[in-house]
Amino acid sequence: MSNPVLQVNDISMDFGGIRALDEIQLDVRQGEIAALIGPNGAGKTTFFNCITGIYTPTTGDVLVSPEGGAAKRINGMKPNLVTELGMARTFQNIRLFPSMTVLENVMIGTHCRTRSGLWGAVTRNRATRKEEADTIEKSFHLLELMNLEQYSNELACNLPYGKQRRLEIARALATGPFLLLLDEPAAGMNPQETMALKELVLDIRERFNISILLIEHDMKMVMSTSDRVFVLEYGRLIAHGTPKEVSENPAVIKAYLGEDEDV
Amino acid sequence: MSNVTKADTGASQNPVAFFLTAGCESFAESLRKSVLASLWFIFLTFPIMVIKVDTINKTIDWRWMNMAYIGIGTFVLSFVWRWALARKELTKEESTRENISEKMLDRISSNSYAKYGFLALFAAAAVVFPHAVGMYQTNIMISCLIYIVLGLGLNMVVGIAGLLHLGYVAFYAVGAYSYALLNMHYGIGFWTALPIGALFGVVFAVLLGLPVLRLRGDYLAIVTLGFGEIVRLVLENWGDVTMGPSGISGIDRPGFFGVKFGVMDSITYAYYIMLGLLIFTIFVINRLQNSRLGRALLALREDEIASQAMGIDRTKAKLLAFALGSCWAGLAGVVFAAKTTFINPASFTFWESAIVLSVVVIGGMGSIRGVIAGAVILVLMPEYLRAFSEFRMLVFGATMVLVMVFRPQGLISAKRKIYTYVKGKSATNE
Repeated sequence: MSNPVLQVNDISMDFGGIRALDEIQLDVRQGEIAALIGPNGAGKTTFFNCITGIYTPTTGDVLVSPEGGAAKRINGMKPNLVTELGMARTFQNIRLFPSMTVLENVMIGTHCRTRSGLWGAVTRNRATRKEEADTIEKSFHLLELMNLEQYSNELACNLPYGKQRRLEIARALATGPFLLLLDEPAAGMNPQETMALKELVLDIRERFNISILLIEHDMKMVMSTSDRVFVLEYGRLIAHGTPKEVSENPAVIKAYLGEDEDV
Repeated sequence: MSNVTKADTGASQNPVAFFLTAGCESFAESLRKSVLASLWFIFLTFPIMVIKVDTINKTIDWRWMNMAYIGIGTFVLSFVWRWALARKELTKEESTRENISEKMLDRISSNSYAKYGFLALFAAAAVVFPHAVGMYQTNIMISCLIYIVLGLGLNMVVGIAGLLHLGYVAFYAVGAYSYALLNMHYGIGFWTALPIGALFGVVFAVLLGLPVLRLRGDYLAIVTLGFGEIVRLVLENWGDVTMGPSGISGIDRPGFFGVKFGVMDSITYAYYIMLGLLIFTIFVINRLQNSRLGRALLALREDEIASQAMGIDRTKAKLLAFALGSCWAGLAGVVFAAKTTFINPASFTFWESAIVLSVVVIGGMGSIRGVIAGAVILVLMPEYLRAFSEFRMLVFGATMVLVMVFRPQGLISAKRKIYTYVKGKSATNE
């Protein structure tokens, strides 16, 4: 078994008196696609927000170890530093930069991997021009990968929904992550688009050699892509294991379908 | 107006054809509503416009003609208003941002001959201007240039980074007072004071920004508004240092290697200084806009949480925008002090902040050409409308309302840069 790149130890998140997450234990291994599923309101997105620094978990540890390096505790770290460490996310309700072009959206993703500052911007010296050209090239490649290159100079808000989702993934990839966090990437997609997305997710893992943690409601997608599945209900982790194990777990069936009173 | 059909959008340019395509129903509807509006106005204004009590003869004058004027005037205005609104609805569907003047601007800037031709023409006009017209006109143009620079500076904060800043004039005051005080106490000249004023602007911006920039939107607006007022009140009441409301007079005009100018020449000189400063500002801001940092600021405006998740340091980016904006306010302040040779706190009221903000909003947030157009309209218009000085504020207000209703994105909206990519090497063009 390869090393975990993300190790979450017993994190809890309280909002006032409400415990949104209760001692969640989760890990994602190098090169793995893990899925986090659960009914609406189970705390999946809260979990994402906790590990990406948007919320600070009340208790527990979030540890990351990129490239087999030493584990680093990232609780309460600012979101931009978490991204810089190598965890990039997408959002459930798409959060692109609507009045910037598609290409610029991806270029923003490279922000934390580039360095040019005020002086470089004004003088446009050689280093800045080189960096800018590299950024453009990299962004175009990512758009090509997502089949979005013909839209590169459109405003992001003019893209159709499914393409906006793909653009969000491209933008996240531009930050050069070792772990990609996808929050319901297939939401609002039709079956064909979901199939294409499934292929894309598998392709991304191969191509960039990264791990993926996925929140998804589409069971077909979850079952066919992920290596391991974690199930949340009411902020508690009720099951985890391979897709097959999880789909046969009585607690999971109960959470999704309700209890059968006749049995 | 909801039943306007999308039938022939080309006809929307022509009022008659528009109503023909839009259908008789909407035409009749507009007529009916306009008649109602004019009746309502006749009723509202009846007591003051029609009835006139003659206290000497103890009679009442019935000025029926006034009623007719009001009725016809309101009817026409209301009808034109409705037509314009309906046309706007119709054209919105075909394209959200294009209009004729913008298309023309695009055509000019896409053709490099035309572009440089126009630029050369502008440059020539700008250089000749102070010699072609009198001192009065040059003075007006200097203040217009100052407002353009202020607008471009505030554009960094409001237009690009999306931070609503209502106390911008405070930093303008900081610049002006730094030069005035340094000059009064230490005899420091204009050229030395110019960078110092900018520096003070930046320092004050950072001092204010550090605690304040965690606020968003309305809260930030209120705090910056408060800061602007605090600075003005300090200037007014700290008499020992700032000379209080009576202000500081006898500030040196800009020097030129020790040459002293007469009044006329020094104004021409100030004009050229301001022109140079403006070109410098446009150069820097134009380069910043399409740089890594400029994009980061734009992203911050678009979506704060997403921009953080993409690795942009929110605090740093906001401070940068704030500091850059204030830097230009400081520069403009120094020039202002040097140009007028007299400053007092009355020049730095909230009204100034409001005008600069209007310049940015009306011109077009985030657009350099827009801000220039906005400043030219908002600053020059009141000057040349002095003849109708009673109605100046009315026209000013009406312009604002009209622009906001019909072109909410500003007169000239910001365009994003177009990138083209060729395998192996990347090329860009504007």
